Amino acid sequence: MENKIAVKVDDLTVAYNYKPVLWDIDLEIPEGVLMAIVGPNGAGKSTLIKSILGILKPIAGSVSIYDKPYEKQRQLVAYVPQKGSVDWDFPTTALDVVMMGTYGSLGWVKRPGQKQKKAALEALEKVGMLPFKNRQISQLSGGQQQRIFLARALVQNASIYFMDEPFQGVDATTEIAIINILKELRKAGKTVIVVHHDLQTVPEYFDWVTFLNVKKIATGPVKDIFNDDNLTKTYGINYKVSIQE
Amino acid sequence: MDITEYIKLVFTDYTLRTITLGTAILGAVTGMLGSFAVLRKQSLLGDAISHAALPGIAIAFLLTGAKDSNTLLLGALVSGLLGTFWIRGIISKTHLKSDTALGLILSLFFGFGMLLLTFIQKQPNANQAGLDKYLFGQAATLLESDVWMMSIVTGICLFVLLLFWKEFKILLFDADYTKTLGFNTKFIDVLITSFIVLAIVLGLQTVGVVLMSAMLLAPAAAARQWTNSLSVMVFLAAIFGAFSGVFGTAISATQNNLSTGPVIVIVASVFVLFSFIFSPSRGLLFKQIRFIKNRRDLQLHKTLAFMYNIVESHENISHPHAIKILNNFQGYTKSTLQKLVSKNYVTLDGGMWSLTEEGFQAASNLYNQQNDNNE
Repeated sequence: MENKIAVKVDDLTVAYNYKPVLWDIDLEIPEGVLMAIVGPNGAGKSTLIKSILGILKPIAGSVSIYDKPYEKQRQLVAYVPQKGSVDWDFPTTALDVVMMGTYGSLGWVKRPGQKQKKAALEALEKVGMLPFKNRQISQLSGGQQQRIFLARALVQNASIYFMDEPFQGVDATTEIAIINILKELRKAGKTVIVVHHDLQTVPEYFDWVTFLNVKKIATGPVKDIFNDDNLTKTYGINYKVSIQE
Repeated sequence: MDITEYIKLVFTDYTLRTITLGTAILGAVTGMLGSFAVLRKQSLLGDAISHAALPGIAIAFLLTGAKDSNTLLLGALVSGLLGTFWIRGIISKTHLKSDTALGLILSLFFGFGMLLLTFIQKQPNANQAGLDKYLFGQAATLLESDVWMMSIVTGICLFVLLLFWKEFKILLFDADYTKTLGFNTKFIDVLITSFIVLAIVLGLQTVGVVLMSAMLLAPAAAARQWTNSLSVMVFLAAIFGAFSGVFGTAISATQNNLSTGPVIVIVASVFVLFSFIFSPSRGLLFKQIRFIKNRRDLQLHKTLAFMYNIVESHENISHPHAIKILNNFQGYTKSTLQKLVSKNYVTLDGGMWSLTEEGFQAASNLYNQQNDNNE
C-alpha cells in the first residue's frame, strides 16, 4: 500500500448550535483507498465531508490535501452531494448538469465549449447515461439521477472523490454500476471516500473504513478493523451484525 | 377607440408612448429576474422587498422634501436592500424559517412605512400630496427620464446576466457543489439578490408596493410551464412580462379610469392561468387528457388479454363466447368492447363475442411484451 496521505484532517470540530456534531476528529486517508464512512444517523458523516470541502465552516481544525491547504488544492477534489439536496425539477438537461463539472476548471465568466462538451459526453457514456443526455432531469429515475451526479464528478477529473450516500434510493443494477465505477477509480490510483449506510456491503465494496459517531471511533483497513468491537462502539451495545460469512 | 387608432396613438401621444414603453421594459426586466426568484424558491422575497422599500420612500421625502422620483426610488433601494439583507441575516443567524423571517420583515417595514406616510400627510407642507401613489402605483406619472432610467438598468442587468450566466445557473441548481468548485457563492448570491431588489424598486412607481411581487412571479411562473431550458424560460418570462405591460396599459388607457398597475398584474395572471391549463407538457388539460387516454388503453389491453386467456384453451380462436363471462372481470365495459370491435379485434354476434385472427395476434404480442417487461 502506498504511504502517501491524500487527505489529512486535524482536530476538526463542528457544531451547528451548542452541541458538537463532530468532536476533535483526526483522520488520515492514504492515497488510493476506497473508503467507507459509517456510523448511525446523526453521527456527522455528511457533516465531515461538507467540512472537509469547506461547505461548512468548522469551529476548529484544519484540512489538508496532499500536504497543502484544501483551498489551494480544490482542483484535485470532486464532490457528489446527496441526490436529495437539489431540486430535480430545475429546467435543465442531463448533459447540462454533467457539464457543470467543468465549470470549476473554466473559472469565472468563461463558457464551456466543445472540449468541455466532449468530456461531459464521455462521462455520460461511462455511467451508461449517454442515451439520456437530452432528457429533462425531472424525468430521470432516482438511480439515473445518481448516475448523472457521478458523471458530473467524473468530468472534474479529480484525484480525490467525496460521495455522500451514492447508493441511497437506487436499485440493485445502479448500485452495481456505481460500485464498479468506484472500483475502477481506485484502480486508476484515485482516492474515493463514500458515506455509506449498508454495513452488509462494506467488506465487499470497500478496502478502508472509518467508524464515526461524533468522535472518530476507528479508521483503517476493512480486514483489520471491521469487527463487532468497533461496530458496537459506534452503534451501541445492542447492535450486532454478522460481518464475515 | 379601435385597435389601429390606439396603435397610432401609442406612437404619437407622449404620455401613452412613455407609459407603454415603461411598462413593457419593466415587465421584461422583472420577468427575467423573477425566473431566478422562482427557481430559488424565493417567491415571497419579492413581496418582502417591495414592502420593505416603503419606509425608504417616506424617509427620502422627509430628508429632501422633494418628490422627484429618482430621489424617492433611491431611498426605496436603500431600505429594500436593508430589508433583504436583514432577512438573510435572520435566516442564517437564528432558527427561524425563511417564511417567518420574510413575514416579519415585510410587516415591520411596511408598518413603519405606513406610519411615516400618515405622519407626512399631517404635515402642513403642500408638496406632500401623492406620496401614497407608491402603494398601488400610478403609471401616468411616468416621465421619459424614468423610462430612460429603466432602460439603463435593464441594459446593465442583461449584461451582467449574460456575463455570469454560467455562475447564476449552477448556483441556482446546486449551491453547495458550486462552493466546492471554488466559486464565491456569496458574491453570486448577493449579485442576483441586488438585481432583484433593483428591479422591484424600479417598478414601485408604476405598479406599487402592494402588487409589485406579482410582476416578479407571474411571468416566470407562466414561462416555466412552456420549457425545460433555463435560457428559454428567462427569455419567455421577459416576453410575457413585456406583453403584460403593453396589454395592461392598452386596457387601462381605453377603459377610462382603470388603474394601470392592477390591470397589468391581472393580464400577467391571465398568462399564468392560460399556461397552467394549456401548456402541452405540464399543463393541467393535456395532463388530464393523457391520464384518461392511458387508462382507456390499459382497460382495452386488460380486456383483450382476458379474452386471449379464455381463447387459448380452444382450438378455434374465433370460437364464440357469451359476453356474460366477461362480467366476472372488472376492467370490462361495453365501450371497451365496442372499441375492440372497431379495431377489428373482436366480432360481436348478439350476446356472443369471438376473437378475430387480428385480435389474437395483437393479444399475443401484448402478452409477450408484458413478459419482457417483467423480466
